[in-house]
Amino acid sequence: MGSRASTLLREEEIEEIKKETGFSHSQITRLYSRFTSLDKGENGTLSREDFQRIPELAINPLGDRIINAFFPEGEDQVNFRGFMRTLAHFRPIEDNEKNKDPTASEPLNSRSNKLLFAFRLYDLDRDDKISRDELLQVLRMMVGVNISDEQLGSIADRTIQEADQNGDNSISFNEFIKVLEKVDVEQKMSIRFLH
Amino acid sequence: MRTMGGFSQMKLAVNFLTIGLVILSLPCGSYTEIPPKPPGSLTVLPPVKPAGGPQAFPDAENSNLPAFTMDYARIQVPFEVTLWVLLASFAKIGFHVYHKITFWVPESCLLISIGLIVGAIMHSVHEEPPAVLSYNVFFLFMLPPHRTGVWILYAPRDRSSRTWEPVLWFAVVGTLWNSIGIGMSLYAVCQIEAFEVQDINLQENMLFAAIISAVDPVAVLSVFEDVSVNEQLYIVVFGECLFNDAVTVVLYNMFIFVADMPVVEPVDVFLGVARFFVVGLGGMGFGVIFGFVASFTTRFTSNVREIEPLFIFMYSYLAYLVAELFSISSIMAIVTCALTMKYYVEENVSQRSCTTIRHVVKMLGTISETLIFFFLGVVTITTEHEWNWGYIMFTLLLALVWRGLGVLVLTQIINPFRTIPFNFKDQFILGYGGLRGAISFALVFTLPDSIGRKKLFVTTTICMIMFTVFIQGISIRPLIEFINVRRTNRNLETINVEIHSRLIEHTIAGVEDLCGQWSHYYWKDKFLKFNNRILRKIPIRDNRAESSIVALYKKLELQNAMGILDTVSGDINAGSSIVPLHEEKKSSGKPKRKFVAADLMNMHDILSKNMYKIRQRTTAYTTKHSLPNDSRTKEILIRRHTSIRRSLGPGSFNGPNEAKSQKYFSLPPGKSLDSKFPPQRLRHTGNDDDETMSEMDYPSARSRFNQPSRSSSRAMLPLRRLNTLTEVPSSSVVDLVDERSGGRGAWGRGMSRLNSSSSDSRIPAPRRHHDPSNGPDNGSSGDHGSGDNGPEGEQQPLSPTPAWAAEPGDRDDSGTQKPLLRPQWKTRKP
Repeated sequence: MGSRASTLLREEEIEEIKKETGFSHSQITRLYSRFTSLDKGENGTLSREDFQRIPELAINPLGDRIINAFFPEGEDQVNFRGFMRTLAHFRPIEDNEKNKDPTASEPLNSRSNKLLFAFRLYDLDRDDKISRDELLQVLRMMVGVNISDEQLGSIADRTIQEADQNGDNSISFNEFIKVLEKVDVEQKMSIRFLH
Repeated sequence: MRTMGGFSQMKLAVNFLTIGLVILSLPCGSYTEIPPKPPGSLTVLPPVKPAGGPQAFPDAENSNLPAFTMDYARIQVPFEVTLWVLLASFAKIGFHVYHKITFWVPESCLLISIGLIVGAIMHSVHEEPPAVLSYNVFFLFMLPPHRTGVWILYAPRDRSSRTWEPVLWFAVVGTLWNSIGIGMSLYAVCQIEAFEVQDINLQENMLFAAIISAVDPVAVLSVFEDVSVNEQLYIVVFGECLFNDAVTVVLYNMFIFVADMPVVEPVDVFLGVARFFVVGLGGMGFGVIFGFVASFTTRFTSNVREIEPLFIFMYSYLAYLVAELFSISSIMAIVTCALTMKYYVEENVSQRSCTTIRHVVKMLGTISETLIFFFLGVVTITTEHEWNWGYIMFTLLLALVWRGLGVLVLTQIINPFRTIPFNFKDQFILGYGGLRGAISFALVFTLPDSIGRKKLFVTTTICMIMFTVFIQGISIRPLIEFINVRRTNRNLETINVEIHSRLIEHTIAGVEDLCGQWSHYYWKDKFLKFNNRILRKIPIRDNRAESSIVALYKKLELQNAMGILDTVSGDINAGSSIVPLHEEKKSSGKPKRKFVAADLMNMHDILSKNMYKIRQRTTAYTTKHSLPNDSRTKEILIRRHTSIRRSLGPGSFNGPNEAKSQKYFSLPPGKSLDSKFPPQRLRHTGNDDDETMSEMDYPSARSRFNQPSRSSSRAMLPLRRLNTLTEVPSSSVVDLVDERSGGRGAWGRGMSRLNSSSSDSRIPAPRRHHDPSNGPDNGSSGDHGSGDNGPEGEQQPLSPTPAWAAEPGDRDDSGTQKPLLRPQWKTRKP
């Protein structure tokens, strides 16, 4: 399976992906074989259904949000490039990456990009604000049904109160960053991708 | 604030007064008793009766019935022990009256200081150190509770953390590195004539180095905990605490053997290496065996709940003693024994016993730790010393250097394998945190007298301990603050952090699953499978392949419940910086503090969130087998998918109360689960017993219990039932149980009920039955799991477990059942 997959991926493509995402060669081929095994239509792209077929993702409370994050707005398919681009957010930050020249464009796995990824999971309508409703939706997904709506509502209110600085009753991305500034996001949002 | 401070200072003074009184009473007491061997002091005692004769009355030849008798010799030993323990405990109270002391000065320093004072007093009255300090006593009675205590007291919060790999690396290899390095270079130092220590040969130096390299950073751990350094660092130091004294003891035994030999031949070196493995692995083996036997025993203790904890303690202790008997690593034995038991026993014993066990271990651990440092102080004064500037200074220096080097080299080797490598600051703190403690102290005193420079060794070791505990121990906190070591925000102060972190964790779990990242946990996975299939059958009473998630969940519930108890009852330890139960620092602990008692409900929110988290993490571990790579399985999945969706379709729009429902699972308005399934919900909340509930709601399900054969249930696979199953998302059942039982304070009962109901419905047996018969019977489903409960999906409504169960034993269903949940998710897809 793996060997078949790697033959399908052209060297130059790998190089491009490598440049764009920072994954290593072996990581890319490995993920490519995963990609093809998920790709039931065998057309080189993944649909939402392909993702939803992953059983663990199906029971992940945020499964659909995560899946959504892989799809650019308005699209129903994601190709390998896009797939890798999304995964690149979760690459751990390596030490030698930290002090690269600041002029280069920010890598996908930077702290703020990681945070932005998380932020987007809340922000469904992409207005760069987490409204109370959006927060409530995510909360509801995460806590299950035993908590009453009032309780959850008050939690959401409190959450927004805590984070909200400009009084618009929603959390902007800047406020989001501020709230999480003490959290070790670099570590928390990193996966050690297999080689 | 000032008045408060003054007040506590006053209290402190009072406490010291108390301690002082005890101290005073102690030498007086022991004055009469220690010298019972010299006959002089015996005259103090009434010579009326022979020692040991408790009957004062029947002494007929006495002219008068004595109105007052005193037989101190009889009670001497227990009396002294009690006094010492009391004294140490008083000291502990004293420290915690005034918090700032323990904040800046580690408790071990304070204890040693008090020990020094007591030692000085005893020395001035020419008192021998108490017999309590015999070294057998230390190894047989004080060390075991101390070591197990460390495990309970300081166990890291995040068990599923991915940072466990380096622990053994640092503990084992690091200790070897240290002792060999220090030993060799000390030998080189000994060659310098100016120091007049040429008579110390290589073997003795190695022996001494082994003693010296036992790092025992309990004090550092408590500092780490206070300043909440990052988890990695904590776990590594914690692991060092646990394991490296085992390594040291092994080395010590080896070298003490070698030190006696006049000539060391190459064969002996090999034998030594072999012995190293025998001792270490043997200890672990004994631990596992005893742990397993203990677990097996608790299978039968359901009627004698009172003595359940006793079994646990006795078996652990037995493991320790037996390991001592064969002079293999007894510390290793007791730690592994505790670990093994923890794995199985908690499911057998009652909640109350669990609590008892925890508290007793905690208590014993604390008190033995206290005593050890206390005695360290006393003994420092009361033993004879041999001071040698050169040797002592070089030992201190070399120990620091080799430790530093070791950390550097070892992290270089291990860093490439880590998600987050140790950076330089981590390494520095790791190196600096190499405090020496109880083990070195005890080992050096057990040195045989045949070693010529024993006194020098004792002195050097004590210097070493003093130096590290006082200088490094006190300075490490400011240092951590100063160089700003990476911290884990253990104290989740805001709800935002709590929520967002959870979101991130879910995401990570999801993405890991998505990438099929399972092989990382391959062996763990394998073991869990084996464990569930075979091992668990023996010790666990209810012989069911319980999903590890439920087990974890139960455990978590228990811990949380105990956390609440502890805080509510104002446990004295809860305030102490040094002895938090690890469950108290769970994330739920913080909101608790913030919301105080009034918001107990909010804690339940957090509990349930924890629950989700655990499921996810465990899923991430064990996904290997459930990857539906088999094409036929996939077909089935898809088909089931569509059929469920179809069946769900019409039912989903008839809810009368759509208005309030929009938040459930974040369904878009009009598609809420709540509106779809109001009856079940109400029933759930109204009903007291889950078992009956499931029977009432799903009568047909009952039949499954008696029918391992699946054909009948397959026959009754109506579309309608499919509809029902999606109606109660399994997680909601669990949540309900959790909430209700939590509310009533009956965690345990709720859990066990949940458990039993789930276990009933789980029945692993039928599945196994099918395995062979499945192929012919159910041609379309290649995967037996999906053939079993997939198409019918009957287990779904009954049991909360399956949907959670992604652990290996049940991986087959998990793979196929989860899609059953899909409809809910689908509908809320924007």
